Amino acid sequence: MNKMLNARAILLASALAIAPAAYAETPADTLVVAATIDDIISLDPAQSFEFSGNDVNNNTYDRLVDFDPLDLDKGFQPSLAESWEVSEDGMSITFTMREGVTFHSGNPVRAEDAAWSLQRAVKLNKTPAFILTQFGFTPDNVEEKIVADGNTLTLNLDKPYAQSFVLNCLTANVASVIDKELVMQNVEGEDLGNTWLSTNDAGSGPYVLAAWRANEVVQLTAFEEYFKGAPAMKRVIVKNVQESSAQRLQLEAGDIDVARNLSPTDAEAIASGEGVSIEDQPRGRILYMGLNQKNELLSNPAVIEAMKYLVDYDGIANSFLKGQFVPHQSFLPKGYLGALDEMPWSYDVEKAKQILADAGVEGGTVTTAVRDLREYTDVAQALQASMAEAGLTLEIQQMTGAQVLDAYRAREVPIFLGEWGPDYADPNTNAATFAFNPDNSDEANATGLLAWRNAYEVPAAMNEATVAATQEQDSDARATMYQDIQRQYQEEAPIIPLFQRIEPTGLRDGVENFQSGGSVTSVIYRGVTKGE
Amino acid sequence: MGGVFLSLILTLLGLLLVTFIIGRVMPIDPVLKVVGDRATQAQYDAAYQAMGLDRPLIVQFMTYIGDVLQGDFGRSISTGQPVIEDIKRVFPATVELATLGTLIGVLIGVPLGVIAAAHRGGIVDQVARVVALVGYSMPIFWLGLMGLLVFYGILGWVGGPGRQNIIYDGMVPQVTRLLLIDSLIAGDWGAFKDAFSHIILPASLLGYFSLAYISRMTRSFMLEQLSAEYITTARVKGLSERAVIWGHAFRNISIPLVTVIALSFGSLLEGSVLTEIIFSWPGIGQYVTKALLAGDMNAVLGGTIVIGVCFVGLNLLSDLLYRVLDPRAS
Repeated sequence: MNKMLNARAILLASALAIAPAAYAETPADTLVVAATIDDIISLDPAQSFEFSGNDVNNNTYDRLVDFDPLDLDKGFQPSLAESWEVSEDGMSITFTMREGVTFHSGNPVRAEDAAWSLQRAVKLNKTPAFILTQFGFTPDNVEEKIVADGNTLTLNLDKPYAQSFVLNCLTANVASVIDKELVMQNVEGEDLGNTWLSTNDAGSGPYVLAAWRANEVVQLTAFEEYFKGAPAMKRVIVKNVQESSAQRLQLEAGDIDVARNLSPTDAEAIASGEGVSIEDQPRGRILYMGLNQKNELLSNPAVIEAMKYLVDYDGIANSFLKGQFVPHQSFLPKGYLGALDEMPWSYDVEKAKQILADAGVEGGTVTTAVRDLREYTDVAQALQASMAEAGLTLEIQQMTGAQVLDAYRAREVPIFLGEWGPDYADPNTNAATFAFNPDNSDEANATGLLAWRNAYEVPAAMNEATVAATQEQDSDARATMYQDIQRQYQEEAPIIPLFQRIEPTGLRDGVENFQSGGSVTSVIYRGVTKGE
Repeated sequence: MGGVFLSLILTLLGLLLVTFIIGRVMPIDPVLKVVGDRATQAQYDAAYQAMGLDRPLIVQFMTYIGDVLQGDFGRSISTGQPVIEDIKRVFPATVELATLGTLIGVLIGVPLGVIAAAHRGGIVDQVARVVALVGYSMPIFWLGLMGLLVFYGILGWVGGPGRQNIIYDGMVPQVTRLLLIDSLIAGDWGAFKDAFSHIILPASLLGYFSLAYISRMTRSFMLEQLSAEYITTARVKGLSERAVIWGHAFRNISIPLVTVIALSFGSLLEGSVLTEIIFSWPGIGQYVTKALLAGDMNAVLGGTIVIGVCFVGLNLLSDLLYRVLDPRAS
């Protein structure tokens, strides 16, 4: 309660200081962001798994290891953990906690808090829990596996995993370190504080959650005692603005500093506008085409191959998807360890026709179910046209996001067109879902795996290679392993990566170091400054 | 009077039942909204049970009604908060917008309709006809975006999307949760001006649509009155045209007009969805639409109850006014 009052007091003070002068301009110490934030359903780090929720948590909580907002390529860096050591057999990692760090409540950050936070996420077992449970933790064993001792924290793994794999996973929001004392005061029944944490913050991050009004606004205030130094922006306000054109108008009028969901048209207009600019940052999301192997036509290897030549990669990326996607034909996004730049396919209808003719495929009809988002329907229509040239008929069904997902998880979508975003900053995140499917039967019900959703029976060698890559200690060798898997994938898999998402961010002049998180993490406000 | 209330309750119950059934047969899976794309089947099943979806429909409905009677509207799955809290937040925003919209509609629409009827076929009548026609046929999202572009983007006369500028957010103590009123109560002139500059454009837009309807109805009521015998009598008696129109005819149409205005207010309460989305107005229209798309039935039902009660209440109110204003009706 006290914390809330403080946050309000800061809000009030800085607003009063500025109120008379500024009307069409945001205060100098405040960052105002317009974004679509209606996807937040919970701000509990053990539960939140949506883009906007992660954006908030990434700034209100710290993790044992974190990214440097000014240099994401460096990968994980010490954060609440000062250093770590891997045991000789590779089965355990011991972290030494930094001294003197406090939570927003004023409580010290202890190894015990960190251990409890990880145990809690495993026990709650909400959707993102798998990022931790893949190391062999279960609700029953987690208290023995994750142990705090004085100033150290030890993770006991079930296999000698690659150090980079474990640490990359610990940069995920689900591994946020939570103020145990504070949360314990707000527990309801067996919920481990889940209800309370859905709308409150108990972190040690650079920002304190001042308010969240669903579908409306998120307000953050700077945590002055932040151990890496108080951020320059004393307040960050994220307003929910749905319409790209409304975001653009507000940016041009100076009512906001950052616009995050701009359509290609609006982004283009802003790029040439005065006082504003566009910064393109690659995101981790891959737009891909999944060919359901339950479909007779689509399980024909010739059809799978032909489909790769029926997508007008450059044409699509340079016309209607301009500034939203770039061609990308492997399942690891640029920015990830082992990402592959090679683009073996190009748009070639004649070649596709030849492949189909050689295999004796004469026409056929398939259905695609796409989410009613402009970009997907546009891609579907382009595909429909080129498939028609090759004698294949594509019927397009438009549905809401929830409907498509439902059908897809039930393996009922013949051709799926949509995006997949990585869950954490390690290559295994996509490898384990695109190129891993140990049991392709209906009974396996592995709804979380893309390979399973498309009924793709991943060859045993590829399954094994994917697992082996998680245990390779040498990072370079590990990267090579992922590249090999991707090359093999490009050759035979019926799931075809097409594009990588780019996010055009509109910025007012003077806003520096706005880091949307690139392809590996979520937004980081800590480094942002605003010049005059 | 008792009969009226009974039918009111039955109407609401029917409304809820229909909404409930539609929500359950909708091909949208609310569980997926809760657990997300990545959930395992076990996590999915756990959430399915926790939401009570494994029980028979009728049991779910009866439980829901039982909870509502105890004032518990459940928790929204898309905001994670109690529906009643959400509604307390979003409904005043819509009421404020719809009230100002209706006010604009009445203040312009009624005189316009009266004058159009008095000068039937004249220039004012023609203009009124065109104004109403445009109001009926122009897509509201287009008009809204154009309005924003011109008055906010180019001229800078009004505030942008949202209810207020960020520097005023949370500054005025919440009393009625109507920003215009609250800022007046607080005596914060700056906050009032800011809130007004934000509401005036969307309210004018809604006002335009309601004036199109109100002016047409007023005109036809007036024409009916003006052809009545007592008007001829009044004119023969030598009353001025002004006295005939405003003193006699208008007084007689005020009763049906109340109903028209009440209904128009009701339709603005629930029909401002597009306006709310364009102007990022955090109101109930936006809330219920989002909830519907997420399969968030507690939120949809909560919103339906509020809108339903308003509609039924407004109908009842105009009924009562009818009785008060026109003794013959009872």
